Amino acid sequence: MNAAVELLQNKFPEEVVEVAEFRGDTTITVKPGHIVDICKALRDAPQTSFKYLSMIAGLDYLPQSPRFGVVYNLYSHRNHNRVTLKTRLADDAAPAIDSVVPVWSTANWHEREAYDLLGIRFRGHPDLRRILMPENWVGHPLRKDYPLRGK
Amino acid sequence: MGIEEHLGYNILTTSLEKLVDWGRKNSLWPATFGLACCAIEMICTAANRWDIARFGMEAFRASPRQADVIIIAGTVCKKMMPAIERIYEQMTEPKWVIAMGACACSGGIFDSYAVVQGIDTYLPVDVYVPGCPPRPEGLLYGILKLHEKILQDPFLTKKYRERLALRQEAV
Repeated sequence: MNAAVELLQNKFPEEVVEVAEFRGDTTITVKPGHIVDICKALRDAPQTSFKYLSMIAGLDYLPQSPRFGVVYNLYSHRNHNRVTLKTRLADDAAPAIDSVVPVWSTANWHEREAYDLLGIRFRGHPDLRRILMPENWVGHPLRKDYPLRGK
Repeated sequence: MGIEEHLGYNILTTSLEKLVDWGRKNSLWPATFGLACCAIEMICTAANRWDIARFGMEAFRASPRQADVIIIAGTVCKKMMPAIERIYEQMTEPKWVIAMGACACSGGIFDSYAVVQGIDTYLPVDVYVPGCPPRPEGLLYGILKLHEKILQDPFLTKKYRERLALRQEAV
């Protein structure tokens, strides 16, 4: 079994929702509550050693509920493998999750992008400002209910 | 000798306006403003195969204060628009605008919240060069059309002064 899956199922049995394997890529769906602890464990355990965060993506699953999700793509330079960490955010009106900037500082801009385009709040983020849109922009344009031509 | 031999000691008369406009059209200095793929075609136009220097335009200026014409080459995002407006305002009169490419003319394929749907919603465009991107020949044709326009638009006419006043009011 995948080392990351094993680690999470031993350390956080309550948090793991689903494990999917597709053409050699492992995707682990977890609950959003302890995301920082989960990420720290995956980074620090020598058998996983996911010291590199490739990217964070925000997702809008409209019309499903829970509507918003956050995806973390991790890479291990030591083991040369990847794992995808998925989570769905509980609150559809004001989606929020803990920031993983303390774990990987590269998360700073990725989280700002997800906040800018989808309006997902990252609790504990040191500088949660818009990164792509003009600062006075109203709304979050990558949301599925945002009109294509703007408001 | 030269052409003087054939002309003899004659005097050529013209109006000051025509002389100035002729001078202007033959030494337009463009402000570089490449924004997307059109910029590559604009660079080609300046390079030796098409050679924009034939029309006195080889002096691409990075400073808007030294430029007469701004070639908006590419997709204009709404976030970029304040910068373009500022550069346009910094250019000295008389000044002209060429909208190069489908995006600068109309937004092009980017029918989206982030893209300005045609630069003419903000700036007074003199020549539109359609294409995605237009070939250097297309840009050169647009530039020649601008030359014609400069010749037909003498700077001392009432029409020109009125347009200038309108522009300054808008600013």
